[in-house]
Amino acid sequence: MSPILIAEQVLNGLQFGVMLFLMAAGLTLIFGVMGLINLAHGSLYMIGAFAAAAVAGATGSFLLALGAALVAAALAGAIVELVVIRRLYDKDHLDQVLATFALILIFSEGTRWLFGSFPLYLDIPDWLSGPVTLPGGIQYPLYRLALICVGLLVALGLWLLITRTRVGIRIRAGENDREMIAALGVDIGKLYTLVFALGAGLAGLAGALVGAIQSVQVGMGEPVLILAFVVIVIGGIGSIKGALVGALLVGLTDTLGGIFLPELFKLFTDDAAGATATGSAFASMAIYILMAAVLVWRPTGLYGAKA
Amino acid sequence: MNMKTLLAAAGLAALTAAGAEAQVKVGMITTLSGGGASLGIDTRDGFMLAIEMAGRDDIEVIVEDDQRKPDVAVQLSDKMIQSDQVDVLTGIVWSNLAMAVVPSATAQGLFYLSTNAAPAQLAGPGCHPSYFSVSYQNDNLHEAAGAHATNAGYENTFILAPNYPAGHDSLNGFKRFYEGGLAGEIYTELGQTDYAAELAQIRASGADSIFFFLPGGMGISFLKQYADSGIDLPVVGPAFSFDQGILQAVGEAALGVNNTSTWSKDLDNAANAAFVEAFQETYDRLPSIYAAQGYDTANLLLSAMDKADIDDTEAFRAALGEADFDSVRGGFGFASNNHPVQDIYVREVIKEGDIFTNKIVGIAMEDRANAYTEECSM
Amino acid sequence: MNREAMLNAAVLLALVAVPGWALWAGEPFTITLATRAVIFALAAVGLNIALGLGGMVSLGHAVYFGVGGYAMGILAWHAQSYTPLVEALAIPGTKSMPVIWLVAVISSALAALVIGVLALRTSGVYFIMITLAFGQMVYFFAISWPAYGGEDGLSIYVRNGFPGLNTLVPVQFYGLCLMVLLAVLALNWRLARSPFGLALNAARQVPQRVETVGLDPTRVKLVALVISGAVTGLAGALFADLNRFVSTTMLSWQMSGEIMVFVIIGGVGRLFGPVVGAGLYVILEHFLGDLSDYWQVFLGLILLAVVLFGRGGLVGIVAGRARTHG
Repeated sequence: MSPILIAEQVLNGLQFGVMLFLMAAGLTLIFGVMGLINLAHGSLYMIGAFAAAAVAGATGSFLLALGAALVAAALAGAIVELVVIRRLYDKDHLDQVLATFALILIFSEGTRWLFGSFPLYLDIPDWLSGPVTLPGGIQYPLYRLALICVGLLVALGLWLLITRTRVGIRIRAGENDREMIAALGVDIGKLYTLVFALGAGLAGLAGALVGAIQSVQVGMGEPVLILAFVVIVIGGIGSIKGALVGALLVGLTDTLGGIFLPELFKLFTDDAAGATATGSAFASMAIYILMAAVLVWRPTGLYGAKA
Repeated sequence: MNMKTLLAAAGLAALTAAGAEAQVKVGMITTLSGGGASLGIDTRDGFMLAIEMAGRDDIEVIVEDDQRKPDVAVQLSDKMIQSDQVDVLTGIVWSNLAMAVVPSATAQGLFYLSTNAAPAQLAGPGCHPSYFSVSYQNDNLHEAAGAHATNAGYENTFILAPNYPAGHDSLNGFKRFYEGGLAGEIYTELGQTDYAAELAQIRASGADSIFFFLPGGMGISFLKQYADSGIDLPVVGPAFSFDQGILQAVGEAALGVNNTSTWSKDLDNAANAAFVEAFQETYDRLPSIYAAQGYDTANLLLSAMDKADIDDTEAFRAALGEADFDSVRGGFGFASNNHPVQDIYVREVIKEGDIFTNKIVGIAMEDRANAYTEECSM
Repeated sequence: MNREAMLNAAVLLALVAVPGWALWAGEPFTITLATRAVIFALAAVGLNIALGLGGMVSLGHAVYFGVGGYAMGILAWHAQSYTPLVEALAIPGTKSMPVIWLVAVISSALAALVIGVLALRTSGVYFIMITLAFGQMVYFFAISWPAYGGEDGLSIYVRNGFPGLNTLVPVQFYGLCLMVLLAVLALNWRLARSPFGLALNAARQVPQRVETVGLDPTRVKLVALVISGAVTGLAGALFADLNRFVSTTMLSWQMSGEIMVFVIIGGVGRLFGPVVGAGLYVILEHFLGDLSDYWQVFLGLILLAVVLFGRGGLVGIVAGRARTHG
């Protein structure tokens, strides 16, 4: 296996990781501030992708589509927060799981009702398509490089938002002491809606960005949702930094595991096809094994608060 | 919209019109909700169109949604057998659902006509005289892709499929008729949406062509990412990833790709012309291969009803086996294990106006039966 | 008799009366539907032991359900194809339900033990996500493991046998499943009142109190999770026999979600909660499916209404505030 191939795979792992981060950041933020476990986060990802596909189809502009994804998902998030989620904060996790599971059913089948059963079309804009040659002779798709950049920029933006702005101070205060921040005269209801909409918008953005190179279809959100759960369990629930580190770890493990495990198994047997199948079977479990290992070492994740 | 009982039977009319003719009750189990619903909807619409066009009132069809869940499919088949007392079951799209339903349905004396799924087990040791596949045998399109790769002179192909039974069958089917060497062979995760890692491997492998089997959303993702990767090799795949339903979602990325299929909307025969026109008129969209297979299945059933009474199992089996109907696929017959003998075509993805579709560019295999006839003893 | 006891009696009566009604009304399929409901109820009773008594929100119970199902599938498949289960020792498969049940219970209990040891290092929302993630891990492994059919699953042509019964007759199989459910409900009732049940209840509410009497709350919870997994595993074996088929769908996370839905809409911690919940779910699934292709939207709305307005599930709505759960 050549160094160029390995470098390319590392880039792929990074790209997968930063997209997972966009999902995980919202989940972990919502949990950190409101203590809410949101299974319907994957539905917001799907809404973003569908909104982007609809707007790109109507206007032909990819940037408008991205904007529409962000706005549609944030809006859907805000509405859901006001109508449903708001009533769940003081209930236990069990009720939250059931209610957000119900939301998945409603969103998935509702989307199919509106858009039909066929996958939608969304493509990379011309100015981002095709490969570029990186130093060392690596041919890499420009769009994926752009994804890495956007993901890292969003991470930076979130960090600035939380550490440098008034809203960020309130969010951090909300994580630490809810009663206190309410006593200080902050409208906690408005803050919660805002945080939920922010998380939803990030998920929607991820859905649109990824939708351009994948299939925009009903049910696209759930596999990503479960990976995002793995990410925040590894990183520590409530920690944005943990979400970033966890996402990159999961992205790299998944991508590199898929390449190297089958090769590894081939070393031990002459049956190449069998080794490929067995290696792939274990590769699909790699991130969960990673998660189990992290938990044995640190039960609250890498950057989680001590229980 | 309630599609449960689309065609109520006019029993009296049938009695007076043709005293000998029995009324046939069909139970259609197919996927109408959730992911994959588009395939089931096309199957149903194609099947119903044939009955409507024939103007038959001696057949009743009960349609139910299996949600793509095997346990629901089994439950529906139990219901249709116990409560509705159907004579024929049909409609299942997915092989794993077919494996759950077909063996026990045929064991209970029902006919099963497959509109799509045709796993190897049901063609080989598990074959049954009351089970007919009207679509193909699952390996067929992959075999044809292998034959096409050989004809095209490819010598170093990279092949990939998801890591599940149909994926393994696919790569084995391809290799059965491919004579060149392999640049690589990988199994991807089922439901995988990102193929960056695989594309990097393909680029590094020095392959001269690619064969892939990635049904549904997986294929859409793969083709879009392939088009953007800058790799420029000939690509071959089975028709599933180039079907009318999903081509629009793939878009430009699919243009020029070769795929193997038993049917295409530009197949030049009268039955097909009538079918394509009627389908477009009735449902306002182009038909897919699933619609074509559903349409053929209904016509096969109607042709057998004209020849035999369904209560006379032996005679009805023989009538089905004659395949005396005008298939939209042109020549059509059954091999000894009740799976089709038919030509398999090579199609190319083209753009007609604003719509992406396929046109036939050649024949990959003529009168192809399947690899399992020897293993079936009946 | 209080209202909850009256409701339980009514549910019991209804379960016993279903076959008679089905035969009288000429709707034999109702028996199959009722069997499905009873088996789902059993799976949910299993989850309720972890959830209601132990307060462990496991979103990965499909693992045990599926392991139980595959215990049946693998044993019966070897018996049906006349291949030995363990080649070296020439251990054959079997088509006998009691043996299959035993294997299902033991193997799902073992799965619960392994997952429990790791997952119980955490609590609260971590526990939910970890059980979900372990569920996915087993699911992906089962899909890509080629030996037993992978995603295609295993088809068993004839339902397994039980001494003295013809399990192919729907009524007899229904009766058998109902007996199992009632036996497990009795066990559940005894368990809740036993010293172990009291310790578990304490471990859920005030773990420190358990520690002061010299018990390890984590170990108490682990035992409860193992029992819970074993019961759900038994349900899995029965479910596989109902369908004469087992596949990875039984291991999917949607299955975990559905089992949890049975418990919650019925009433968490209530003895008959899972039974009422599973029954309602099967009825909704059957009748809503007839109304619209998009029936899951309405199912979602109903579930949402139960969470938002009906604390304590259906049993809670009928019987008033919970006594055991608080």
